[in-house]
Amino acid sequence: MSINLNTMNRRSFLKVSALASGGMMLELSLPASVLADELGTLVGSRDLNAYVKIASDGTITIYSANPEMGQGVKTALPMIIAEEMGANWEDVVVLQSPVNQERFGRQGAGGSTTVPRSFDLMRRMGASAREMLIGAASDSLEVPRDELTARNSRIIHISGQALTFGQLAALAVRQPIPDPATLEFKDPDDYTIIGTSVSGVDNLVMVTGKASYGIDTVVQDMLFAAYHKCPAVGGIPVSFNEAEIKRLPGIKDAFIVKGNEVVTQLTSGIAIVGTNTWAVFNAKEKLKVSWDESSASEDSWTAMQETGLALKDRTGEETVLAKGDVTAEFSNEANKTIEAYYTYPFVAHLCMEPMNCTAHYIKGEGNDADAIEAWVPTQGPQRIAPVMNAMFGVHEDNVTVHQTRLGGGFGRRGSTEFVCEAVAISKQVGGPVKLTWTRTDDIYHDFFRVAGFQKLKAAVDKNGKLAAWDQHFIGMTRQGRPLSGSRFSDTEFPLLNINHVRGTKTMIDIGTPCGPWRAPGANTHAFVVQSFIDELAHAAGRDHLEFLLEIMGDRRWFDPGNVRSLNTGRAIDVIRRVADASGWGKSMPGGSGLGLAFHFSHAAHVAEVAEVSVDNNKNLKVHKVTVAVDVGPIINMSGATTQVQGSVIDGLSTMAGQKITMENGRIEQSNLHEYPVMRIAQTPEVEVHFIQSDNPPTGIGEPALPPLAPAVGNAIFAATGVRVRSMPLTDEGYTLV
Amino acid sequence: MILHTLGVPVPGATDPMAKFKLKVNGSTYDIEAEPEMPLLWVLRDTLGLRGTKYGCGIAQCGACTVHINGEPVQSCVVPISGVSGQVKTIEGLAQGPNLHPLQAAWIDHDVPQCGYCQAGQIMSAAALLAKNPDPSDSDIDRALAGNYCRCGTYIRIRAAVHTAATYYNAALDTTSEPEAQV
Repeated sequence: MSINLNTMNRRSFLKVSALASGGMMLELSLPASVLADELGTLVGSRDLNAYVKIASDGTITIYSANPEMGQGVKTALPMIIAEEMGANWEDVVVLQSPVNQERFGRQGAGGSTTVPRSFDLMRRMGASAREMLIGAASDSLEVPRDELTARNSRIIHISGQALTFGQLAALAVRQPIPDPATLEFKDPDDYTIIGTSVSGVDNLVMVTGKASYGIDTVVQDMLFAAYHKCPAVGGIPVSFNEAEIKRLPGIKDAFIVKGNEVVTQLTSGIAIVGTNTWAVFNAKEKLKVSWDESSASEDSWTAMQETGLALKDRTGEETVLAKGDVTAEFSNEANKTIEAYYTYPFVAHLCMEPMNCTAHYIKGEGNDADAIEAWVPTQGPQRIAPVMNAMFGVHEDNVTVHQTRLGGGFGRRGSTEFVCEAVAISKQVGGPVKLTWTRTDDIYHDFFRVAGFQKLKAAVDKNGKLAAWDQHFIGMTRQGRPLSGSRFSDTEFPLLNINHVRGTKTMIDIGTPCGPWRAPGANTHAFVVQSFIDELAHAAGRDHLEFLLEIMGDRRWFDPGNVRSLNTGRAIDVIRRVADASGWGKSMPGGSGLGLAFHFSHAAHVAEVAEVSVDNNKNLKVHKVTVAVDVGPIINMSGATTQVQGSVIDGLSTMAGQKITMENGRIEQSNLHEYPVMRIAQTPEVEVHFIQSDNPPTGIGEPALPPLAPAVGNAIFAATGVRVRSMPLTDEGYTLV
Repeated sequence: MILHTLGVPVPGATDPMAKFKLKVNGSTYDIEAEPEMPLLWVLRDTLGLRGTKYGCGIAQCGACTVHINGEPVQSCVVPISGVSGQVKTIEGLAQGPNLHPLQAAWIDHDVPQCGYCQAGQIMSAAALLAKNPDPSDSDIDRALAGNYCRCGTYIRIRAAVHTAATYYNAALDTTSEPEAQV
């Protein structure tokens, strides 16, 4: 196996310095490849940097620059460096780096982009360190370089003589920095770390309760805060029972915060400050607020559904793609025409750790300027300083952000409103505060996965071949602006694969904030398209697998070299692999069935087969989900496997029972008792197959989620003959058991 | 589930700050708190034992699971005035320098993703293993039914509990003090 390099700019800059203790420090930076994505474009795509320290005792310290929210980058990226160095993984210590654009370049997480952005850089870093250590050993042992190899944290001569990295570190500092053009990377066949299963570097602190998440931050003289916003977004507090609240136990202060009413920044609300979290949560329950709701959201899920129904049979207002002649195909009497209407609701992120931020607004004394220090569980640490500057007038250089571990992200933690709230409260009280949202705040004020409706119409010809495809996407905008996950592009599968095709869209404007939610757009498009293809296969009297492969057509890459473009060859390979592994076509007992789905997103080709049974009371058991994934070579087999399994479980949990609804602008689900989440007993077996193709490695935090819903829906059809065209399944009468 | 609601004040009654003796992980603390303040927040904000997590506040997610007298309870709904007996949190699970078998198995199976729920998962599993050293899948599913994992690590949780049971029983075979495991 060989690995193609990303088409990156090869300019790189390496600095080396000696440590006082006799070790060496390497710093490397080079421009990142630009991969546009939801969060990445917000964070900006600047230089990537890496830092490695080799101490004289042999300890190798690697700094992890990106936020860790459970996706495993804090383990995977250092594995790449250690591999190229020839290090022993046991000698590696991984530390979270501070937030510093100048030193660490882009620091952010989202869009499954961290691994693709960083793979080449990490290898370069490791190979540079290795070459300098080899140079140092060559000088000390007075032997030619080509008689030396790096292995087990040692440089070993063919004679068997060896020096440890620790022994060589001080000498390696004086070696010339290798020319990047001359660096050679390890042959993947010789890998001893990449592709193996490595347990996460923070597991020990997590299982002993010592990991520090944002919510665990404690700073000296800190007070605790809660913040109460109008349940209808845009409502502004006029007055509240201030005297009563201030008399409650543990309460130090309560006041109205005036904001700019930008939902990602500062929405007006009531701050309650006290001596512990419970005191402020308890007081929040007792608030009586008079709201000015003249500008508040009046969204109604019922009304949105009615709008969808009214629009569905029209052609969309805007044409996304039109080629061939769909009208002629639909009126051709030899063809069979099939129509279906699919819907999907809003859903919440429900990160286990609710939104929170600890902040200290420090008033400058004398001539000193004001400063802000904040401890934030965030997916976009570098977005904070510019927002602080805009909101509070504090110079970006005087904003210090500490990135903590994240108790889940899923796209939720890219916004900055919880930071603005904490800073505004700190500024008012004149000291540090920890703001914690209640679970209810976290649901009411989420940036939801956007809902939507899609009308599809297709024709199959007399040979059972897909002849025409007409798709009307009814999506949503907020205040006229596009929403993450509510996009319909001209490359959406299968538009490029069909000759007679029309894609149109109509957008409904809403007031409810929405944002990226694990695999934005893909998580709903896959459900609609892959379910409808199964409908067509049945209408044509064809096997779904064979029908899907026929649509895929010849092996080709629609935009060669662009990993974000569908490669039908890779698609065919994962579809065939999942069919083989799941026993596609085997006879199934009554009331049970297999369902297949494929989806391409986040540069990943993923196919899944679900095996389900449904009883007469619509109790649904998902017995097994088989997954075939091509994201190129796998860095950490354990991390990648658990990401795929977690994505499948997340997809199933969401599909089974989750929906957020609203009436009169108010979210109707307040906590977990009204928003069911999947439990351990409902968990299917999830069998994961990786096709480690000859492509650059890409991220795996998201793309295994989208195919799950259509695979389960198609399996329900196979088991019962009833089609699932709406999520969640509880609305269709099913209970996941 | 045992909630230990004995001593919960009558709704509407105004309670002054009261004094409590709280035994946590083998130490005794003198606590001055509102009687209805949940054990969760006493642990986190008063005692600084922040390994126990807040997730929902209504005993639905299990992130706040601790032991009271060996029974798993969701500490977000247990008022401090209702706690009698020994409280054990994730920080007190390991015996001296050695990890609890569950903690070791959790690392060996690379269970955590974001990790936020895992203290609660482990505490529920520890209470199970103390009573049932060889649990079946359905025993595990029942014991952990109240623990939600947003990242979906359930498959590895189940596998790790089985592995921990083997570690646990191996430890039982080599010790004469059955009290020493939990």
